[in-house]
Amino acid sequence: MRTGMTTLRWLSGLGLTLAAVQFVSTVRADESVQSGTDTASLLTAGTESVSLAEYIDQQIRQGWQDNDIEASVAATDEEWVRRIYLDLLGRIPTLAEGRAFLADESPRKRSVLVESLLAHEDYVRNFTTIWSNNCIGRVTPRRVSRKGMEKFFREAFAKDRPWNEIVVDIITASGHYEENGAVNYILAQLQMPDNGVQLTAMTTRLFLGLQVQCTQCHNHPFNKWQQDQFWEYNSFFRQVDKVDHSKPDPTSGRMVDDYSEVVWQEFTGPVYYEKRSGVMQVAFPRFEGRDVDPGVGIDRREEFGKLLTQPVGDQPPHIAQAMVNRMWAHFFGYGFTRPVDDMGPHNPASHPDLQARLAREFAAADYDVKQLIRWIVLSEAYALSSQYGDKNEVDDPAAGEIPLFSHMYLKSMQAEQMYDSLIVASNAHQAGQGGWSAQETQRRQWMQQFVVAFENDENDESTTFNGTIPQALMMMNSELMEKACSVERGSFLFESMSKPGPEAQKIQDLYMAALTRQPTRTELGKVQKMLNGYGLQKLNGYQDLFWALLNSNEFVLNH
Amino acid sequence: MALWNNYGMNRRHFMQHMATAAATVPAMNFLSHVQANADLVRSNQKSCILMWMGGGPPTIDIWDLKPESKNGGEFRPIDTSASGVQISEHMPETAKVFSDLSLVRSMSTREADHTRGRYYMQTSYVPNPTVVHPTFGSVVSYEIGKNRTALQIPAFVSIDGGAGQAGFLGMTHAPFVVDNTGRIRNEPTAAGKDRLEPRLTMLREIESGFMQSRRGELPKAHKDVYANAVNLMTSKQMAAFNVSQADASLGLEAESQATKDAYGTGGFGQGLLMARRLIQVGVPFVEVNMGGWDLHQGVFDTLKNQRLPLLDKGISAITADLKQRGMLDNTVLVWMGEFGRTPSINQNVGRDHWAASWSVMLGGGGLKNGQAIGATDKDGLQIADGSKAYLPGDIWATVAMAMGIPVNTVHTSKRGRPMKLANGGTPIQELIG
Repeated sequence: MRTGMTTLRWLSGLGLTLAAVQFVSTVRADESVQSGTDTASLLTAGTESVSLAEYIDQQIRQGWQDNDIEASVAATDEEWVRRIYLDLLGRIPTLAEGRAFLADESPRKRSVLVESLLAHEDYVRNFTTIWSNNCIGRVTPRRVSRKGMEKFFREAFAKDRPWNEIVVDIITASGHYEENGAVNYILAQLQMPDNGVQLTAMTTRLFLGLQVQCTQCHNHPFNKWQQDQFWEYNSFFRQVDKVDHSKPDPTSGRMVDDYSEVVWQEFTGPVYYEKRSGVMQVAFPRFEGRDVDPGVGIDRREEFGKLLTQPVGDQPPHIAQAMVNRMWAHFFGYGFTRPVDDMGPHNPASHPDLQARLAREFAAADYDVKQLIRWIVLSEAYALSSQYGDKNEVDDPAAGEIPLFSHMYLKSMQAEQMYDSLIVASNAHQAGQGGWSAQETQRRQWMQQFVVAFENDENDESTTFNGTIPQALMMMNSELMEKACSVERGSFLFESMSKPGPEAQKIQDLYMAALTRQPTRTELGKVQKMLNGYGLQKLNGYQDLFWALLNSNEFVLNH
Repeated sequence: MALWNNYGMNRRHFMQHMATAAATVPAMNFLSHVQANADLVRSNQKSCILMWMGGGPPTIDIWDLKPESKNGGEFRPIDTSASGVQISEHMPETAKVFSDLSLVRSMSTREADHTRGRYYMQTSYVPNPTVVHPTFGSVVSYEIGKNRTALQIPAFVSIDGGAGQAGFLGMTHAPFVVDNTGRIRNEPTAAGKDRLEPRLTMLREIESGFMQSRRGELPKAHKDVYANAVNLMTSKQMAAFNVSQADASLGLEAESQATKDAYGTGGFGQGLLMARRLIQVGVPFVEVNMGGWDLHQGVFDTLKNQRLPLLDKGISAITADLKQRGMLDNTVLVWMGEFGRTPSINQNVGRDHWAASWSVMLGGGGLKNGQAIGATDKDGLQIADGSKAYLPGDIWATVAMAMGIPVNTVHTSKRGRPMKLANGGTPIQELIG
């Protein structure tokens, strides 16, 4: 199977995209004329006859071959275990976790670890954080309950609920914001009375991977989407309203915020919108060519929920494609499209066939999120080193190239990952403590210094965390770092370093706690020499060493 | 209002105009005479202050009023010290200094979504999946920052901001984001400062291995950002962030209460005051953010009672202050948001997103100020016949020219594509003369 990537590599500007897409489809048309039934049989039997695991590796390898590159070597166990902990649990492994995996000699230890991490409480916590941030942002908007939203996702991920059910619950949610935490997604999009415009834009982007918001005002300049499409989607969300309840404050007697809820409001018929020319138009509820009765007694959001899982022509449902793309990007740093939430004919995918098959199988597996994760993390590509060589240095999506996944791309740790990892490193001697919920509030307060909210109808925000001076200052000077490097009695450094034992062993402990690997012999020599300079203040030396390890690029970058 | 006289003014406006003339003697004295000379000596360095109006300001109610149209809304225009240029009646102080400011009233941009609009206005390029374009502050940091060898703090500071990216120019040119109190978080303690030297030595040794392994640009970028952070931590130029701190060697005074009041005590005013201090120490690009413009409802009340009084104070104070210090000709002022707002007023007495015809304000920088360039039609719905439509690239090309950055500069993206400065925009002829 050709992937069309050799051609796509030449694409760069959006301006070129249209022409090139046409070029690809022309080529494909020609081929099917030449090879006739062969192509057809290949598409049905050929693709599905290999297992999905083989198919993923095959498709990725095809990309390497088409582009004349050679993949990097496989990641070492040290590299891989740190990566999988960060990606699945949102933190680095503890000293004990890292050691246990590296000492394990079983050939199946990677898949065994994946299973145990998927069953870990931190898996639930990590994906709860990610999806709560996706749905309501890092800065909780007014009249939204983060507690409620997190509770919803915590239960959803803990119970392994199918992704389509989670999404339908969110989209059709009604009620009290703590009793039914799913409503908080909608509440966060209803910050202004805007006829559900923001809710429409966010829902299509986040859950369907489609950016139709520009068509609110005009036809899309680059794709088939027309202005009516935005308003057709929007007409599904016109029966949503919210009520903000207040209550008297017993001490001051003034009215203060109580709870909020999402409620139904009557809405029938079409929505009206204005063309740029000033002409009024109507749009009826319609999803990918399927019409919904605009009359009385129809719950449009419920209808929307039913249509979500329908295939779109010969393609799997948008909701499956969108989740596959997001998950792939979560693990590789890049999805099949850039950005991950802008799929469509105007923005060709790097591996369209692979994405489609993953989405089809994800849907067929009842939208089992963990199954999707297994497929991705047990692939050949996920297990490659992040170090590249001459033969694949061109595979550099940071420079704008189409990702070919011939080596692992570096990912900057998210702020939450950094916080949790620093906590792990500083408590490295007390492995498996758990009890994250107590730290939830502290972590969120700490987070605020890196988030800027824009207070507009898109409710968007930006983090100033990755690779910035504020991040560097935090890493060098913050209380959190001071705590991590503390030599007070009971701290990791004090306990480990004041134990009897050779110096080399202590240095190895620090490397293992921070970087999940042993120092090389050269590194060990260098460090010992530096530590000698501290004379009797050896504990200070260990402290500075640990500080340096935690501040190093190897710690900060998920590799 | 039918009482127009031959000069296009009615009586009320005429009276206001007279009041303006009377106020030409500075109402506010921004500097002590002792300090004046020091500032003048330093002031040949070019800089730019971007006033970013997050949310999309209704320029039809601020800079380009349509009192005769059904779209005109509640506000009346008043005359300004720039002859023939009228602005909103709720901007009286700004009207007094308008001979040092200008308007481009025929902006026609294509993005009416916040994220895309912000990207387009700040980079001059529309979003593209394969490349991240640098915001203009990053371009200035790259082009001018490298020549300011005495500058120890970042060349691009964003006050209350955070969305701009340096893109292919690299993380060292990303905005340094602070809030309007100027408080820098996580500064080292005295004890921490003492430990810094041995720790950094250790860090250099430890991370060299990972850096030399081939893993892309991030490890090196990480090291560069640390170098900048260390510079910042140990620099006395940090005093510029703290409006209450004086440093005679830098020509910085502790700002008096009167000065703080003149700028306005809100975040925008205090941010502008900090911006002035930052350009005094040589920062070439400062962005000051003012939000709260996404006025889908209650536009007139919010403008009149909240936004415009703050905006008026801030703009008039920075203009007058820079002028008194002899810094205005070297400092380009730019005022813009991601788009304007609909000429038509919606059912919630609000205005929605509108990119087809709106205004941007410029000033200082040695430009030929006191003009309004371009025009919209009588209802504000489109660019008037015969008026040239401008793009963000034209604004930034004008700024580049005023700052001495060659307009034909071409940068190279990471995959080797040539990227023209300001997307090949052309400086606005009327402003550069």
